[in-house]
Amino acid sequence: MMRHLRQQGWIAGLVVLFVLLFISAKLIQPSYGAGDFGSLARAALPFAFAVAAQTVVVIAGGIDLSVAAMMAVTSVTAAALMAGASPEFALLVVPFVLLMGFSLGALNGILIVVTRVPDIVVTLATLFMLQGAALLILPAPGGGSAEWLRSLIVGTVPLPALPDNVTAWFPKALLLLVVLLGIVWIPLKRSRLGLSIYAIGSNELAAFRSGVPVARTKILAYAFGGLFGAMGGLALTMSTGIGAPIPGPYLMASVAAVVLGGVVLGGGKGGLLGPIIAVFVLRLARTVLTLLAIDPNVTAIVEGTILVAVVMFGAFIALRSRPA
Amino acid sequence: MTISPLLEANGVAKNYGAVAALKNASLSLLPGEVHALMGANGAGKSTLVKILTGAISANAGKILVRGQERDIRSPAKARLAGLVPVYQEPSLIPDLDVLSNLRLTRTPVEPFRNWVRELGVPDLDLRETARDVPLAIQRVLDLARALAVEPDVLLLDEMTAALPANLAERVLDVVKGQSRTGRSVIFISHRFVEIAALCDRATVLRDGETVGVVDIEAGVEERIVELMLGARIEKQRVALKKAAEEAAAPTGSTRIAVRNLKVGTKLQDVSFDLRDGEVAGVVALEGQGQDELFAALAGSIAPDAGTIEVDGQGVRFHHPADAIAAGLAYVPGDRTEALAMQQSVRENIALPFSAAFRNWGPIARRRENATVQSAIERLQIDTRAQREVQRLSGGNQQKVTIARWIAADARTLLCFDPTRGIDVGTKQEIYKLLRQLASQGKSVLFYTSELEEIQLACDRAIVIFGGRVVDILPVEIADEPALTRAAYGLPRDSKAEVGILADIQAPEARP
Repeated sequence: MMRHLRQQGWIAGLVVLFVLLFISAKLIQPSYGAGDFGSLARAALPFAFAVAAQTVVVIAGGIDLSVAAMMAVTSVTAAALMAGASPEFALLVVPFVLLMGFSLGALNGILIVVTRVPDIVVTLATLFMLQGAALLILPAPGGGSAEWLRSLIVGTVPLPALPDNVTAWFPKALLLLVVLLGIVWIPLKRSRLGLSIYAIGSNELAAFRSGVPVARTKILAYAFGGLFGAMGGLALTMSTGIGAPIPGPYLMASVAAVVLGGVVLGGGKGGLLGPIIAVFVLRLARTVLTLLAIDPNVTAIVEGTILVAVVMFGAFIALRSRPA
Repeated sequence: MTISPLLEANGVAKNYGAVAALKNASLSLLPGEVHALMGANGAGKSTLVKILTGAISANAGKILVRGQERDIRSPAKARLAGLVPVYQEPSLIPDLDVLSNLRLTRTPVEPFRNWVRELGVPDLDLRETARDVPLAIQRVLDLARALAVEPDVLLLDEMTAALPANLAERVLDVVKGQSRTGRSVIFISHRFVEIAALCDRATVLRDGETVGVVDIEAGVEERIVELMLGARIEKQRVALKKAAEEAAAPTGSTRIAVRNLKVGTKLQDVSFDLRDGEVAGVVALEGQGQDELFAALAGSIAPDAGTIEVDGQGVRFHHPADAIAAGLAYVPGDRTEALAMQQSVRENIALPFSAAFRNWGPIARRRENATVQSAIERLQIDTRAQREVQRLSGGNQQKVTIARWIAADARTLLCFDPTRGIDVGTKQEIYKLLRQLASQGKSVLFYTSELEEIQLACDRAIVIFGGRVVDILPVEIADEPALTRAAYGLPRDSKAEVGILADIQAPEARP
């Protein structure tokens, strides 16, 4: 009961933080509005998938350093396959790339389970391997993307019942994010597999003794991480129209949002909603700082400070509300 | 016998590297039987239970369920075979609520609820996160969860060790009920009283081998102890030995004076003295403030009110290091709280004196080795597995936690239930050691949940109830009935006048 309240409280806090940031953006630049929210959603899309990937793995008590490289290799694979191909062919590319992400993630898990090498070492190794593979497939940004895929995240959701100035607040990118995450996460969370993922993250020995197949569960957690990573890779290709072999700071951003989203790095606690909102908070914070014309390097410092401050504040609240 | 056994284990062996945890264990369990598994710590009881329930796999041996050989390689397979354990450690997933924990193990909820009620916990919120459930209740939930799947064989490893008396009683009743319905129970406990009340037969293990199977009947205790200890039979009552020393023992000066100590909500107002050369027992029911008292003396929490004096000097501990510097060393009952489990015996013993700030810099290996070695010898720690403390048996681990403070030459030991879950032989050694320390002028504060230990090891008993000292009994009259009465807050002699209550307050009033 308490945990539920605390969890919801955390999410509510993040939403409040987001609203405050949005208001300050509006104050700094009065024209800031629906259109900018749309581009925010588009920009946040690959980040959100990276965070989802990290969240599943962290809840299972692990960590995945290969998230960004996974996105890179799936992004360039999709772009290379779709370059000059027919739009129908892209229908095959998407499931192929998702399957690829799932399998590569499972490979991470299998290596960790079989070799018993710590997760941080294994995924560091696969980071290098996947990164290398991505550069082999596309040495420089290139390739292409089917037009229909790109249009999935451009513009807003047409809701005939509502006037334009309301639908303007429903960017397609956000809808895509919610649908894709929901399709995977909600059934997962309600299944025994989902429960097992939380269990092994909370206490592996107790989970084993409760009859949880620990090895299989861990492999599947990494596989779902890989699946979300592949979605992130596709999102990269969709938003830029090309494949990106060097993806960007998604790894660090994913860990940051996981922590800010109330998922405990030790595993077993938290959900997906918090980290996703945290992504938007972090992206919007960056936008506000940009609007203030602050040096990008200072922006990074401020982001780091926000992260520490919020987590400390959360720990403080948790400490105060704990029954004596 | 015409009844065929429900569960049979033959020649079971388990090695950890060069260390044999089990060499040749066998067990035969009849339907409807409550069967005790006994043995000194490190004899392999827990290992055998873990093998029977698939938590670890054996290197050799056969396990037969209803005459069929079964390959039990995982807890899930063991459950399918009808073998369900309750281990020494709680096995609920701490971050999941109780209901999710049930779902995880496919435990039916209604039977679980009924068992929980049966076991004496009427108001359980299934939505509560397991972490927030008190430890004793968690043990009860573990048991209820096992019972709810109606196992053919229930394996209870030290189930009652961490339970307060009223819950332990309910557990024993329920276990007895199981055997009446034709199910079998394997029961591990160090308490002869429970074994005698509950069990039909006992299998005795020694050093990883089954050394005997006995029927439980009056007076069988001696035989079991003989089997458990093998050639090492030394039955001595420390109290008797102590009586001889008594005349020589001078009353030492006051080492620690606690006055009106208040910590949190549990410890209200406690005053007592601890003198050099004495072992003072502390007796209390669960949760009467004894945890807080020890934590305050060990420097891990700050008292809200009252004073602690060490050698006549008022002290304020801000950190356990302060307490250690004053010569007060805390020995917790839970070994995992005290030891670096993956480090070696030597490192664990050397930690307090090598980690002291003034000793930073190169470690004087030779001196350290000598000190550690003498502590190991003094406590007769079994060092076959000394590379990693976690591979030692519970009793040997506890010896290591005491040995480190002997090596560090602490003047006062604060032992909090140090004999919890330890076999008879090691317990005797620990009592002897505490007496020895006292005779060397050191002082010991000794909380115990087993009341008979007071007369075996202590000079007097400080009884705490409701966060206050309610009585201080001299050892001669501190037998189990007297202590039990006192621990429940009853005056020493119920027939006496009300005036005796004033007498009880007296030790506090004295300066």
